[in-house]
Amino acid sequence: MSALTREETEALIKEVLEVYPEKAQKDRAKHLAVNDQSIEQSKKCITSNRKSLPGVMTIRGCAYAGSKGVVWGPIKDMIHISHGPVGCGQYSRAGRRNYYVGVTGVNTFGTMNFTSDFQEKDIVFGGDKKLAKIINEIEGLFPLHKGISVQSECPIGLIGDDIEAVSKKGAAEIDKPVVPVRCEGFRGVSQSLGHHIANDSIRDWVFSRDGKDVKGEFVPGPYDVSIIGDYNIGGDAWSSRILLEEMGLRVVAQWSGDGTLSEIELTPKVKLNLIHCYRSMNYIARHMEEKYSIPWIEYNFFGPTKIAESLRAIAAHFDDTIKEGAERVIAKYQPMVDAVIAKYRTRLEGKRVMLYVGGLRPRHVIGSYEDLGMEVVGTGYEFGHNDDYDRTIKEMGNATLLYDDVTGFEFEEFVKKVKPDLIGSGIKEKYIFQKMGVPFRQMHSWDYSGPYHGYDGFAIFARDMDMTINNPCWKILTPPWQKKPEAEEVAKAA
Amino acid sequence: MARLRQCAIYGKGGIGKSTTTQNLVAGLAEAGKKVMIVGCDPKADSTRLILHAKAQNSIMQMAADAGSVEDLELEDVLKVGYRDIKCVESGGPEPGVGCAGRGVITAINFLEEEGAYEEDLDFVFYDVLGDVVCGGFAMPIRENKAQEIYIVCSGEMMAMYAANNIAKGIVKYANSGGVRLAGLICNSRNTAREDELIMELARQLGTTMIHFVPRDNVVQRAEIRRMTVIEYEPTAKQAQEYRDLANKIIENKNFVIPTPITMDELEQLLMDFGVMEEEDESIVGKTAAEEAAVVAA
Repeated sequence: MSALTREETEALIKEVLEVYPEKAQKDRAKHLAVNDQSIEQSKKCITSNRKSLPGVMTIRGCAYAGSKGVVWGPIKDMIHISHGPVGCGQYSRAGRRNYYVGVTGVNTFGTMNFTSDFQEKDIVFGGDKKLAKIINEIEGLFPLHKGISVQSECPIGLIGDDIEAVSKKGAAEIDKPVVPVRCEGFRGVSQSLGHHIANDSIRDWVFSRDGKDVKGEFVPGPYDVSIIGDYNIGGDAWSSRILLEEMGLRVVAQWSGDGTLSEIELTPKVKLNLIHCYRSMNYIARHMEEKYSIPWIEYNFFGPTKIAESLRAIAAHFDDTIKEGAERVIAKYQPMVDAVIAKYRTRLEGKRVMLYVGGLRPRHVIGSYEDLGMEVVGTGYEFGHNDDYDRTIKEMGNATLLYDDVTGFEFEEFVKKVKPDLIGSGIKEKYIFQKMGVPFRQMHSWDYSGPYHGYDGFAIFARDMDMTINNPCWKILTPPWQKKPEAEEVAKAA
Repeated sequence: MARLRQCAIYGKGGIGKSTTTQNLVAGLAEAGKKVMIVGCDPKADSTRLILHAKAQNSIMQMAADAGSVEDLELEDVLKVGYRDIKCVESGGPEPGVGCAGRGVITAINFLEEEGAYEEDLDFVFYDVLGDVVCGGFAMPIRENKAQEIYIVCSGEMMAMYAANNIAKGIVKYANSGGVRLAGLICNSRNTAREDELIMELARQLGTTMIHFVPRDNVVQRAEIRRMTVIEYEPTAKQAQEYRDLANKIIENKNFVIPTPITMDELEQLLMDFGVMEEEDESIVGKTAAEEAAVVAA
C-alpha cells in the first residue's frame, strides 16, 4: 500500500477533527500536523505540553508517575516512599520492568511498595509524624538501604505537610540522604513535570551531599562517562553499557535503571554525560554542564545505523584510543547485524508502522525500523515538549502524521485510514487495535521482551517485530462461517 | 415530633459565636426544646459552657486514637450537658498542620451515618470556625444539613465585612440547596448607633436583625465558671435577653436568599454611620516624609 500524500494526510486530520465541538476542534487542531522536513522549528507546525482536553481519552500520567515511576523508582538501593494514600504506590508497584541485580528486600528494593498508607486521620492531623516514624522503621527493618526518597502524592500538597523539615531531621538521624520530592500528581499537565521535579530534587538533595555516600575510594579516569536516561527496561542499559565499555570508556553511573545512589553522587566527576532519554533527564545534564562544566550529548542505541552514528559521535569527544575503539566495536558487531538483517529484512521490508509512546521513543526507534526496511508513517508523544518535536521532524518522512497527546478517538480513526502493518504503543491501546486486527507491540515495556537497545537488543527487536507482524493468527481472524467459500470447496460440494 | 430544624452560626472570628450559641441554646432547652450542638472548630470550645468542661473530646481526636472513625460509636462522642443538651465536637489538628476542613467533613458524615440526627431532636446548631476558608467549613450549609444561617456580628467594620462575605457564601449554596439566611444577631460592642447600623445592614442583605444582645459582664462571669448565663444566674437581665433570642428563633419564619452588597455599598454604609471616614484619595500611597514635604511647602 502506498503512503498518503500531503493533501490526503491533511484531509484525514480535518476529517477526524470534524466530530469535535468547536472549542475542542480548535485546540486539538494545534496538536495534529503533517510532517514537513523543511521546517526548522516544530512550534511552527505543532503545539505540545499543554493541558489535555476534558472528556477525551488521553493516556498521560501524573507528576508522581514521572518522579516515582520513572526517575527515582529504578534507583535500586534506595527506598522510595509513596507518601499518601495506598493506591498510587500499590498500582504502580514493579510496573516498569526496570531490571536490576541485587537481593530484593536486603540491598535492593525496586519491586517493593513502601507507602505511608494515609487514612482520614492523617489528612486531618497531617502526616509528618507518620513520615518520621516510617523513616525510622525503614532504618530498623532494612538497615542496608542507602537512602530514602519521599514521593509526594496529591494530599501532601493539599494539606501543606512540611516533608522537607521531616526529611532533614530524618537524614540527620539515620545519617543517610532523605529526599523530599514535591511531585504531587495534580501539578503540571503530565508526567513530564514530575521528571523535572525529580531531576531538581537530585540536584538539591543528592548532589549537595558532595559524594558523602560513595562506596570506597573513587579515582577519576580520562574515559569516565555516565549513561543518563536509560531505565534498563528489559535490560536496555546493560546491552548499551557493554558497547561503551568495549570501546574503552568507563561507565561510572547508570541513571537510573539498575542505578545506585553512589553512582548518582559520582556523576559530577565524569568527563561526558551521555543522554538517551532527553525528555526525562535533560534537566540534570544541563545542570551538570553549568555547575561542573561537564558536556553532554544525546545518543541513540536503537538499530545499527543509529548505534554506529552515536558511537562515533561519542568517540569524537575523546582521543584516538576511543575513536579506534568505536570502529572496533562497530566492525565486531557488523556480522551479527548482517545476519539479523539477512534473516528478517525480507520478511519486514516495506511494512508501515505507527507509533505513539513517551519519552524518546517516538523518534529514537525509527532507525531500528528503517534498518529492517520498514517505514514509520505516524508518530507522537504522550508528554513531549517542542524540543522533542524539533528533533523528530528530520527523522520522519515528509507528509507523515504527527500527533501530540493523541486522543483514543483520533488514534483509532488515523489507524483506520492509514492502515499500518504494525502499531507500537502502550497497554491501553494494545487490545483495541488487536481486536481491530492490527498487529501490535507494546513499546513502553517492550511487551515483556527486550532489551531493544544496542546490537543485542536489535536482534531481539527484529525477532519480536517479525513474530508479531507475520504471526499466522492475523490470517485466521475471520470465523469460518463468515468466510466466502473457496472455489475448490464449492466445486467439491457440487 | 416536630420537624428538625438545623441551624448554623457563622461570623467573624472572636465575635462571640460560641458564647452566643451556647447561651441561646440554653434558652431553647429551658423552653423545652431538645437541642444538639455540633462544634465545627478545631479548637473544640463550642460546648464547654453546656458541659462545664475544658474541651470536649472531639470526634477526630478519638478517631485518631482509636485508629479510624469507623472504630467509634455514637455514644463515645456524644455528651449530654445542661438540660439534656447533646454536645459533639468535630475537632481537628493544631494550627498549621493537616486539614481541619476535612475533619469537619469526616465528623459530620460520621454523625449522619451513626444516626445522630434521627433521635428526638428539635434543633441542631452548628458552631462554625470564623472564616469559611475552604469547602470543609461550608460542609454544615450543604444540602440536607443546616437550612438556617444566623450570622453573629457587631457594629465594627471587619465584623460587618465578614457578615457580607458569609452572605455571599450562602448565595452560592442557596442556589444549589435549601440553605437560607435567617437573620443577623448583633452581639454588641457598644459602638455608636450599633443597633441602627446592623438593622440597616440586615435590610440591605434582605434579612432582619433578629436580636440585639447588649454587652453585659455577667456573660464573662458565667463563662469563667464554664456556665451559660441562664444556668449561672437565671434572674439576670442578660438571661432574659438570651431567652428572647431563643424565642425569636423558635418563631422565626423569615428565611431568605441574601442579597450581598458590594464593597462600595458597604463602605458607604459605614461612612453614613461614621464608622469609617470618607476616603481622601490624595493621601493614598504617600509616605510620611512626602506628606511632611507637602505641609512644609
